[in-house]
Amino acid sequence: MEYKQEQSKAAQEENSSFIRISNVSKHFGDFVAVDDVSLDIGKGELFSILGGSGCGKTTLLRMLAGFEVPSGGSIEIDGLDVTRLPPYERPVNMMFQSYAVFPHMNVEKNIAYGLVKDGLPKNEIRKHVDEMLELVQLGDFRRRKPAQLSGGQRQRVALARALIKKPKVLLLDEPLAALDKKLRERTQFELMNIQYETGITFVVVTHDQEEAMTLSSRIAVMDKGQFRQVGTPKEVYEFPDNRFVAGFIGTINTFHGSIASISEETLSVYSDELQLTLPALGTHPVEVGQEVDIAVRPEKIFLSRDEPDNPDDVRIQGVVDDLGYLGNRSLYRIRLANGKIVQVSSQNRRRSVTRFLEWEDKVWISWRPRSAVVLVD
Amino acid sequence: MRKTSRFTTSVLAFGYAFLYIPLLLVVVYSFNDSRIATVWGGFSTRWYGALWQNDQVLDAALLSFRVAFTAASMATVLGTMAGLALARFRRFRGRTLFSGMITSPLVMPEVITGLSLLLLFVSLQQLTGWPGQRGFSTITIAHTTFAMAYVAIIVQSRLAAMDESLEEAAMDLGGRPLRVVFDITLPLIAPAMIAGWLLAFTLSLDDLVIASFVSGPGSSTLPMYIFSKVKLGVSPDINALATLIIAIVTIGVLIAWLATRRTRSA
Amino acid sequence: MAGSVNRDNLWQRVAIATPYLWLLLFFLIPFIIILKISLADPVIAQPPFTPTFDEQGALSISLDNFRFLLTDDLYAITYLRSVVIAGIATLLCLALGFPMAYGISRAREQTRGLLLLLIVLPFWISFLLRVYAWMGLMNNHGVINNTLLWLGVIDAPIQMMYTDIAVFVGLVYSYLPFMVLPLYATLERMDLDLVEAAQDLGATRTRAFWDVTWPLSRPGVVAGCMLVFIPAMGEYVIPYLLGGPESLLIGRVLFDEFFVNRDWPLASAVAVVLLLLLVVPIVILQRNQARDAEAAT
Repeated sequence: MEYKQEQSKAAQEENSSFIRISNVSKHFGDFVAVDDVSLDIGKGELFSILGGSGCGKTTLLRMLAGFEVPSGGSIEIDGLDVTRLPPYERPVNMMFQSYAVFPHMNVEKNIAYGLVKDGLPKNEIRKHVDEMLELVQLGDFRRRKPAQLSGGQRQRVALARALIKKPKVLLLDEPLAALDKKLRERTQFELMNIQYETGITFVVVTHDQEEAMTLSSRIAVMDKGQFRQVGTPKEVYEFPDNRFVAGFIGTINTFHGSIASISEETLSVYSDELQLTLPALGTHPVEVGQEVDIAVRPEKIFLSRDEPDNPDDVRIQGVVDDLGYLGNRSLYRIRLANGKIVQVSSQNRRRSVTRFLEWEDKVWISWRPRSAVVLVD
Repeated sequence: MRKTSRFTTSVLAFGYAFLYIPLLLVVVYSFNDSRIATVWGGFSTRWYGALWQNDQVLDAALLSFRVAFTAASMATVLGTMAGLALARFRRFRGRTLFSGMITSPLVMPEVITGLSLLLLFVSLQQLTGWPGQRGFSTITIAHTTFAMAYVAIIVQSRLAAMDESLEEAAMDLGGRPLRVVFDITLPLIAPAMIAGWLLAFTLSLDDLVIASFVSGPGSSTLPMYIFSKVKLGVSPDINALATLIIAIVTIGVLIAWLATRRTRSA
Repeated sequence: MAGSVNRDNLWQRVAIATPYLWLLLFFLIPFIIILKISLADPVIAQPPFTPTFDEQGALSISLDNFRFLLTDDLYAITYLRSVVIAGIATLLCLALGFPMAYGISRAREQTRGLLLLLIVLPFWISFLLRVYAWMGLMNNHGVINNTLLWLGVIDAPIQMMYTDIAVFVGLVYSYLPFMVLPLYATLERMDLDLVEAAQDLGATRTRAFWDVTWPLSRPGVVAGCMLVFIPAMGEYVIPYLLGGPESLLIGRVLFDEFFVNRDWPLASAVAVVLLLLLVVPIVILQRNQARDAEAAT
């Protein structure tokens, strides 16, 4: 995790606009798939575009690949305007969601395809194919047909096939969606290693927020053809820009309220729901009296039987409505006096008091003042 | 979203023109007043009237419809049984021969099917005295035989696509196999049976070669009558007859298409 | 309980036995009879062939019919001509049918249904009448010649009817749906990502077609070609109505041998040889279908 962010920072300083998407739109008839979107992606980044189905992420990726021509705006890659270039003339390769491994060619032929189309000499192609087979650990399978491979192996063929041309940008459309959970976790780290080794800029499209969080140096959260937030996984998770991002990534508790006072560090919000004034961090300019939401992640909330003693913390009483034991952590639904349900997630690190909580037990929930953020829209 | 090239579009246009212009011209010339079918002599519907007066056409059409209706119905019963046997009864003696006999009529040249069936009827007549006269019954048997293969294939592929657990669920709930066939299987394959019946009906109406072999003197089906006329060249009353058939088929197919489209979208 | 099990068993047996017996009687036995009669000699009698066993009960078979087919050039040439004409017609169907199937499979979903319907519709209209439609078009005084004369492109009518050209037109016209439908089925379920992947890796649209689309449509191509070639080989109506008297095809020879010359044994021998010629394409077709069905699951 650490090197990733360093790398991303370094990359951004070196060349913060390796891919430059400027005011790009795409219309299909009346339907606006991508709505006036601008974005810069740095060289060597592992960038994710995250969103639900129909949010426009795939269309954006297909415009980067050259399968769709934007209705407006332009796309530059490494200083070259590729907006209208056909896919076969772009320094970009793609790993398809279906993998699109050619079923009538064996592993070797699949991987070599791009270089054969470039007219490279045979021995050179052979050399590169060997390198790629080693990179994706498929050396023993070179003569197999795709039908004789597992899903994970097919995925690696698709990856090798796209990487062999040493593209400036590798596009990955839902790279892990077709794999089962165990394999998905392993492949995630393989992808990150390969990205690190090759230094190629990766642009990943995914609907899986966990995948985006672990893989990426930066994430763009997309909805209805527009970016709702662009930032590092930490920024997007800890400081969601708006209700959509807060709700889309992870679970979050929100309380309605209005701004009571503004200081340099924090904001005070009076919550009509809780009849309490709560402190929270804000990233957007607000004014006193403005209606906002306060958001707190379940894992930032502590549970205790007795009233917590830190007077700075927010402390509210409730009863256990429901609980679930998930092994490494437990989930609780705490019902407050006004009937509102608050979700709490606690690590089962210690055999703490919370392990012995039962339904309808009276508990206190509490969180640090800096754990809550204000959501404006 | 994915464009088709100009080449593909022009071939498509050419292909459809190739398929439909000849039919269109037949329709146009059926309203031609002139006796010489290729010279335009003004608009007229006289050939439709002539058709109505022509007893030979009416007799042949009646025979064709009787044969087609009977053959299609028998082919649907036999073909459904065969399709069920192939899709649901996995092992029985002679299965390979059975599935071979089901699929072979689909690719058999008509002249061979016709010849072989005629030789069978002649041999049967020598041995048993039946069929004393070739006509309705022999044509119906011949058409049933090749049409049941089509029904069997349609039913079988429908059954193959259908979840067998539906039938298993019915048996689990206490249905005996025969009951399950009538309660569950048949209602589910009914669309395939209807499609099979329609196909069998059309194939029977359409057949010339097999019917020519297995029919006897005095019994002509509609295609046999048409063939005897068009051997001599283009004739205006055949244009009128063709137009009627084209109109009936087009309306029928359009209704069927609209009906399936509505059920699919509903 | 035992009674009901037996009843269920009985039903299964009936469901198998009824179509089974029907096909044995009306499909398999007729073939044995053809084979038997092809080994008999013609006589002027009713029926016009010698019995397999003579009065003394001795087996009486003769290979004379097959010997005759082999020695008389007419038959060898006719078989060859049939293979060539059916083959060329098949290739013409493929050349026209492939782009059509391709275009339909890549059309928008709403139009696709209509385009397919328009391919199938002529198939429901009488085969004979569709062939007949071309007679009015290709006549010396037919629509094509009249139009060309009127336009001044030609001075005298072109002879189209009663030539091989007319036979090709008739064959392509009649069997085009058999080519388009299996091709469409293959092209429609092809993963379009594959074509895009090829383009992404540097292939132009044309290149991607030959590298990916064409090899992957092989099952459809094989099925379509066989479904056109096999019936075209035995075709009787098209060469009779559109072809010239000298353009003999084997289906017509069989028909004439039987009805005109009333030589039943020779007609049977012609049928047996035709069937032997068709065994190869029929086996290719059935293997192809089996493999395709396997790949689909």
